[in-house]
Amino acid sequence: MDGITNTKNTNELNPFKTSLTNRLIWLVIAAYIFYSVSALGLTLDRILLGFGESERLLSRMFPPDFSRVSLLVSGVAESLQIAIISSFFGIVISLFIGLLAARNMMPIFITGPVRAFIALCRSFHPVIIAIIFVKAVGFGALAGILTLIVASIGFIAKLFAEAIEEISFNPVEAIKATGASFFSVIIYAVMPQVFTRFIGFASYQLDSNLRNSTMVGIVGAGGLGGTLFSAFQRFDYDFVAAILLTIIAIILVGEMLSNIVRRIF
Amino acid sequence: MTTLSIDSEWTRFTLKERLSRFSVYLIIVMSLIWSWQSVEVIQEFLYDAPEQLMDMFDRMTPLDYAYYPTTIHAALIETLHIATLGTLITLIFAVPLALLNANNITPNKGLNWISQFFLVSTRSINSLVWALLFIALFGPGVIAGIMAIAIRSIGFVGKLLSEALAEVNMGTIEALKATGAPWGSILVKGYWPQVMPAFYSIVLFRWDINVRESAVLGLVGAGGIGVVLNDAQNLFQWQKVAMVLVSIFAVVIVAEVVAIQIRKRLI
Repeated sequence: MDGITNTKNTNELNPFKTSLTNRLIWLVIAAYIFYSVSALGLTLDRILLGFGESERLLSRMFPPDFSRVSLLVSGVAESLQIAIISSFFGIVISLFIGLLAARNMMPIFITGPVRAFIALCRSFHPVIIAIIFVKAVGFGALAGILTLIVASIGFIAKLFAEAIEEISFNPVEAIKATGASFFSVIIYAVMPQVFTRFIGFASYQLDSNLRNSTMVGIVGAGGLGGTLFSAFQRFDYDFVAAILLTIIAIILVGEMLSNIVRRIF
Repeated sequence: MTTLSIDSEWTRFTLKERLSRFSVYLIIVMSLIWSWQSVEVIQEFLYDAPEQLMDMFDRMTPLDYAYYPTTIHAALIETLHIATLGTLITLIFAVPLALLNANNITPNKGLNWISQFFLVSTRSINSLVWALLFIALFGPGVIAGIMAIAIRSIGFVGKLLSEALAEVNMGTIEALKATGAPWGSILVKGYWPQVMPAFYSIVLFRWDINVRESAVLGLVGAGGIGVVLNDAQNLFQWQKVAMVLVSIFAVVIVAEVVAIQIRKRLI
């Protein structure tokens, strides 16, 4: 009883002491917040003012205005076209690039440059790539398609390469022992092992291209994003709400479809 | 019975599997044909593209190095602040939602679904769109950028964190419950030590993504390096554009390296 009530004793034996590094991390975070808020000149009343405006914004957004159906439908159609075409080409190109980047299939002097190329595709945000392509091929869907092809390569070519690197080599050796050519080895020994994972990556990429195709339009690369941006600039907030709801609906349907596809394969 | 199984030829897939696979292929091909035929692409622009790209690179070189100290540096720092503060603010929303979404912490299907709804909907809207919405609220500037990053990241952080929470070893939790510990203690002493490595790596990973995202937020006016990029681009100052792009590239690489290093130290 004495040992339990003696607080000094329990403090010394506290099994749940907070570690010094943990405390240091929290201290650094607090100091950082204080520093950055003062460096950026953020003030509380500006933030509160902004939240006060939210009521007005929301009241102008609701009810959503679905009256301009034709504009909405043509934007959705263009976004879907961009997503589908870019996913197709992105996946097909990634198949080859992924194979070239797999360290167990190719010598280092091929994988090195190919991996650097993939990293380059990955390191820029799609919007920045879109700006460059808008300059190169003009406004419209083509710029969006090219942008998303690059973005797809950056993402799934890397995953393809990693999947190929993880395969078991026994089937490869068995097929090679029959005197099969390089392409037969790829088709009969490598592909069957990675096909299911490829389907998973591909459906994920279609999903993510669908999301991004609604965004590249903001810089003029076609699709629903352009409609959204011009609605924002005209302060048509009820139309904005309609577009946003449409985008969310498309993405939910896309996720559902890719789940179905994954279940089939 | 045995002769029947021998007589029937072995096939890898059942009829239903083959039919469903075939219909998936059919739908893919049909949607591809539909998009290919109806998309509005001006062929001449595609043939012209290499020439236009070369023209752009001609205009971009040499880089305008003098632009870095005068304008780019301050904007880059602002971008990093947006990414970091945005990631920190995300936690305020994402942690409670993750707790509500994990079924072993909140054994209530209704609450799980509500938090799931918030996690999915914040994730489906792009950060640029969030930025546009917050610009309508806060006006152009850093606050809109920070809020856009914060709200956009909720879905990502919340989903991964709730998955980590759902996978904890329940033995420790039950032991703590048996001692009669209140739920606060169970969370801090039971769940937190188990999800801490996952938590830090999720936050670092998201911070890395947010650095990339915050670099483009300025294109719609939400502060950071994107504003500088947009200005230079609207004035067709391609040498400055190129300098901004190179700086963004450098910062993205540095952020990735920093995130990897911290993750190695912590975990």
